[in-house]
Amino acid sequence: MDTLTHSSITTYRSLERPKYPFCPGCGHTLTNDHLNAALVQLQLDPRKTVVVTDIGCVGMSDQYFDVQAFHGLHGRAITYATGIKLANPDLTVVVLMGDGGVGIGGAHLLNAARRNIGITVLVFNNLNFGMTGGQHSVTTPHGGRTATTRGGNLERPLDICKTVAAAGASYVYRGTAFDKDLPARIAEAVQTPGFSLLDIWELCTAYYVPNNNFSKGALLQTMQGLGLASGILQRLDTPELARAYREEYAEQRGKPVLPPSFIEKKYASALTATTRVVLAGAAGGKVKSTASALALGGMYAGLWATQRDEYPVTVMTGSSISEVILSRDEIWFMGVAKPDLLAILSPECLSQMTSQLRAMDETQTLYVVPELAQQIQTRAHKIVFNFDRAPIKKSLALTATAAMVRHANLFPLAAFREAISAGQPAEIAHENLKAVDASEFVI
Amino acid sequence: MREFIDGAEAIARGALDAGCNFFAGYPITPATPIMLRMLRELPKVGGIGIQGEDEIASIGMCIGAAMTGAKTLTATSGPGISLYSENIGMAIMGEVPLVIVDVMRLGPATGGATTVSQGDVQFLRWVTSGGFPIIALCPSGLADCYTLTQHAFNLAEKFRAPVFIATDKEMMSAQQSVDTATFEKIQPINRVYASSAEEFVPYKIQHLSDTPAFAPVGGEHLIRFTTSMHDERGIITKKPASVDHKGRHLAAKIEAHRDELEFVKHDPQDGAHTLIVSYGITARSMIQAAHNTRANGKRVSTLIVQSLWPLPEKALRDAMRGITRVIVPELNLGQYRLEIERVAHARDPRPVVIGINRVDGELIEPEEIEAEIGD
Ligand SMILES: Cc1ncc(C[n+]2csc(CCOP(=O)(O)OP(=O)(O)O)c2C)c(N)n1
Ligand code: SF4
Ligand SMILES: [Mg+2]
Repeated sequence: MDTLTHSSITTYRSLERPKYPFCPGCGHTLTNDHLNAALVQLQLDPRKTVVVTDIGCVGMSDQYFDVQAFHGLHGRAITYATGIKLANPDLTVVVLMGDGGVGIGGAHLLNAARRNIGITVLVFNNLNFGMTGGQHSVTTPHGGRTATTRGGNLERPLDICKTVAAAGASYVYRGTAFDKDLPARIAEAVQTPGFSLLDIWELCTAYYVPNNNFSKGALLQTMQGLGLASGILQRLDTPELARAYREEYAEQRGKPVLPPSFIEKKYASALTATTRVVLAGAAGGKVKSTASALALGGMYAGLWATQRDEYPVTVMTGSSISEVILSRDEIWFMGVAKPDLLAILSPECLSQMTSQLRAMDETQTLYVVPELAQQIQTRAHKIVFNFDRAPIKKSLALTATAAMVRHANLFPLAAFREAISAGQPAEIAHENLKAVDASEFVI
Repeated sequence: MREFIDGAEAIARGALDAGCNFFAGYPITPATPIMLRMLRELPKVGGIGIQGEDEIASIGMCIGAAMTGAKTLTATSGPGISLYSENIGMAIMGEVPLVIVDVMRLGPATGGATTVSQGDVQFLRWVTSGGFPIIALCPSGLADCYTLTQHAFNLAEKFRAPVFIATDKEMMSAQQSVDTATFEKIQPINRVYASSAEEFVPYKIQHLSDTPAFAPVGGEHLIRFTTSMHDERGIITKKPASVDHKGRHLAAKIEAHRDELEFVKHDPQDGAHTLIVSYGITARSMIQAAHNTRANGKRVSTLIVQSLWPLPEKALRDAMRGITRVIVPELNLGQYRLEIERVAHARDPRPVVIGINRVDGELIEPEEIEAEIGD
């Protein structure tokens, strides 16, 4: 933490705006003064100190300090603070938010505590929305009268401290804006490396006080009545996220970023017309990886290639369909409404192939596994695979595609062999090559 | 030399080459592949990549980081853009450099997660309250993904504004052979930093169309950043003169620089009376259709819009010279055609504008466009 040694700072309050904008008696005045006292105690460099405010009356606070001042959207202050801390862990980041902000931004509060990001959150908890006219908030006590709970609040208040403590906050404190030791507690929280939160109960003199005959005494009574403990409620020493991230990934620094992997032309292809190929099978049937090998094989043979894969979001079940286009020219349109070559490898994909099967004519070829050969009606030239001499069932897609590459003379089989071995461990490459060898008698 | 890559890879390379050092995002098909790459690669350049608890947190973290000086990227799809909306407004108001990828999928709502669409075109234009200009670039190929992403970062820096890359499921996930050696590397531009010697006034500008100099949170100067309407000191204000100045400035800083924001690829053919205008994945159907048409001895001109917003009006107007028919294929019910019609209506003689539209989750076939080209 940066501290100034040369001269001591007597206030962090803005000299240009000495007077807060709050109603007389508003608790926000007290809490902001406590924050100022804590900053004076810590002697932080104002340039390295960020006050991020939420929306509401509390949201006006940052403008009354001469530090780095950041005022964000309702409920989202913690997200900006997290971004600031992640990007620059050397900064001291303090969030000022209301009980309204806790409600609308509850997910961020929970996750900041859970991540243990090194920010300090001061909840200016006045039990209602001040700025919008005294509506109830997530901390309005049961029975509390507000603009939106005229007959008394039916809902139960959130125990903010217990919630963030359960989520793993490093420092948790509950008190009131009247606490004499609040500056010391705020300073402690700010010095805690991980996530810290202070739930500071206050009076909203414009709304909650008149609506409920409320007072300082009633505030303390309510807290006790609800069985809410006060004081320091949790202290943990767990790694802070922004620093943990840097430690974890330090050894990655300088490694090559998205290095290119070029595919060299090594073979010649006799292909003349652009050829649109569809491999249609079942999830787990290696359809996608086989299609990749088909595209890469084409590229080894100097062709342009594209590949689109279709599969259900639940990837391990149902159909798996891949479209590969091979061409001597650059490919613009990537659709395959009418395949030149369609290989149907299992029944799971059938319902999705209806329109393509209907579109195909005599100039195109359907390759199909024997068990589906009868039921598929098509005008396309039909070729039925014969797997009698190709025993490797789990590599059926590879065997079938290799047979198709040979039959349609797309490119030399050596290019396909190279594509299925490239980047594979020797064992798998060996298996794959055996599956390709088996393709000789399949058509 | 060719590689076999997808749009997510090309965008990630563009972002990292542009100097991106912060990414926050929330998983959503079909944008997730960008996030996976950024989270994996950023530590290698000393950057930070994080998965937020939701889209609101993700863009919030990006905004916070951007104000410390980071070059930030986030990527999502339509449902996520809906959640970004309020923060996009804040990025406009606070003048935050930020690049946002929208990988469009079929809407509304959860729509079709793996279904291609161009349905967010007007959504991106009016993405937040207040009605201010937006910059949105739209790649139609992998080279574009790489180059336009770098432009997006440069424009975000230059104008201190959120910049969109509007793309779609097919561009992101289809793999294509591509000669990456010919990809155009753009010189990165950094935002103008305020001099440390002078007094810093956060939003001080000379002319309405200027972009204010930047000072990072945590730097030499004390900054004031606010989502609320503010004066040049960053102090919340309702004073009509200050409010008017800020509002006109937010519009002028983009509108006055429209020349720099027009990115198109015009392929005119002498004597052609038909012009096809398209963008993104659909531009590829158009190119194929034009190729086939010309091979048949007929004439047609094409224009690919690479910068959807602001509308490249000058380029469109110029391209309509001598044109009697304008065809606008797009994967929505005619959102961009509205803009093209507006430009066409101001021309004399006025060309007819014809839309080709699909919202069935399929690409527009080149033959559908060829059929409209006529003679
Ligand atoms: C998204 C959004 N919804 C609603 C509002 C309106 N609004 C302004 S302040 C506020 C409540 C503030 O209450 P709290 O956080 O408790 O702060 P206080 O005014 O009590 O200090 C609301 C709902 C807003 N600014 N943004
Ligand atoms: S309305 Fe309530 S919270 Fe707002 S300034 Fe007045 S007393 Fe304070
Ligand atoms: Mg409140």
